[in-house]
Amino acid sequence: MNVLVFADSDNGKVAKAAYEAASYGATIASRSGGKATLVTYGRVDNLNELAQYGISDILHAESVDHVDPMQLAALTEAAVQSSGADLVIFSHDYTGKTIAPIVSARMKAGMVTGAIDYPSLEGDFIVKTNVFSGKAFAHVKINTAKKIITLLPNSVSKEKIEASANVTAFAPDLGNASVSIKETKIKGGDGIILTEAELVVSAGRGLKAPENWGMIEELAHELGAATACSRPVADVGWRPHHEHVGQTGIAIRPNLYIAVGISGAIQHLAGVNGSKVIVVINTDPEAPFFKAADYGIVGDAFEVVPKLIAAVKELKASQS
Amino acid sequence: MNILVCISKAPDTTSKITFKDNNTSFNEDGVQFIVNPYDEWYALVRALELKEAQGGKLTIISVGGADYETIMRKALAIGADEAVRVDAQPLDAFQVASEIAAYAADKGFDLVMAGKETIDYNGAQVGGMIAALMHLPYVSNATKMDVAGSEATVERDKQGGTEVLGVSLPAVISAAKGMAEQRIPNMRGIMAARSKPLQVIASCAPQRLTETVHYELPPEKGGVKLIDPDNVNELVNLLHNEAKVI
Repeated sequence: MNVLVFADSDNGKVAKAAYEAASYGATIASRSGGKATLVTYGRVDNLNELAQYGISDILHAESVDHVDPMQLAALTEAAVQSSGADLVIFSHDYTGKTIAPIVSARMKAGMVTGAIDYPSLEGDFIVKTNVFSGKAFAHVKINTAKKIITLLPNSVSKEKIEASANVTAFAPDLGNASVSIKETKIKGGDGIILTEAELVVSAGRGLKAPENWGMIEELAHELGAATACSRPVADVGWRPHHEHVGQTGIAIRPNLYIAVGISGAIQHLAGVNGSKVIVVINTDPEAPFFKAADYGIVGDAFEVVPKLIAAVKELKASQS
Repeated sequence: MNILVCISKAPDTTSKITFKDNNTSFNEDGVQFIVNPYDEWYALVRALELKEAQGGKLTIISVGGADYETIMRKALAIGADEAVRVDAQPLDAFQVASEIAAYAADKGFDLVMAGKETIDYNGAQVGGMIAALMHLPYVSNATKMDVAGSEATVERDKQGGTEVLGVSLPAVISAAKGMAEQRIPNMRGIMAARSKPLQVIASCAPQRLTETVHYELPPEKGGVKLIDPDNVNELVNLLHNEAKVI
């Protein structure tokens, strides 16, 4: 089947999650004897890297410089027409979650959001997805000829190959903008975006006061990790709300999640239970988080974390 | 202002998730159902605040069987004026969005609001589909919203930051944390909710684009490997050599 991958772009770059979506789409195309096309927009300096994930054709709508959802949906539809795609892949991030349902309803293309594996290509087209906030999986069948999948980040491994892609300038009519941008605020910090991070260091009430976060930030910095927090510390303003992971905050699924001084209430677990490896550091051996953890240290964060920073530095030194 | 808020039913967060009929359907036995938190805490409460400040009417709509009426009465107790239940089993996001769009088509709503996703199927689909079906602008993941005249100013999360958008009404907005604070219904609200109108309308029998074939529970965790707090190097060693994540 022919596959179209939508790649979000920002600040002159295709988003990191788009590489995984590109690899996923290209793999499905090659397994089913089709072709993989990618559509992106705005100024993009790293287009050629996408070819290395198996994309043969890139439609580049350079003149589209803002993120009106209706226009990006129209762009995707035009790219489906142009590429003859049967299946459209989005990354399950803010942009993908916004546009994919619009495209689905307009094209009456059945959609599965938050996919975590490749679809079955023999017989029925069935996609495995996360449901009940990660507490279960559903296998969902798409009944329509045109299909849409949004891929949960960190779900499949990226296959890199030597290749190049044909880049075609693309300028379909997208209609009028339905929203206007008044202001954009980019968050500071180490520049590692929490939802894209492969490693995350998170802390909770066990840290006792906001000024104690220095060691958490240092550990994150040494690991190249993003920082996160539990709901109570975001609610009292110790940490910014955008760091709050859990049921009502954001859900993440990094390769490694280190939780320091977080008890592991079910609402918190709902945001992190897709993590591949969970490390829990807590003084309370009865903390429920230990039941969901792969590795645990029962101990005082103020003693354990500095030792952990030193051990990570040692590992890095031995590798360089 | 005339506002429609989409309300979905969801199992309480602490529910044990199990399946029945050979893992083809969710086992509701013993499960406590709540209003989906994103629909209630954020969409419904912010809609109420806007109505209280500017006047107008707040309608809630659900697509579901008679069992939905308990959670719909709760939304009325929190402060919605009237409720509409589309009598159909919700099985697919496009089906639900089609029912809501068909009802809302000729009612002149200034705002259609929903939570950013439900906590059971986590699809994040219905809001955008309603916008597409009604040809209205859509802003997702809104964390703040104000309305002045026929223009809404909406702050929403984006990758690595936030964005403030202007959008002309009518529009469809999906709500995330930050929009409002949870409200607990008081006794007066609960009493009033009993006599507020709850209209049941027939399904427009829309198409379904997907179906869930079966469910699966994740494998049990193998159990935690505890490491001595005096031997933190061992943790780094395991993460590097065994788990291979650093």
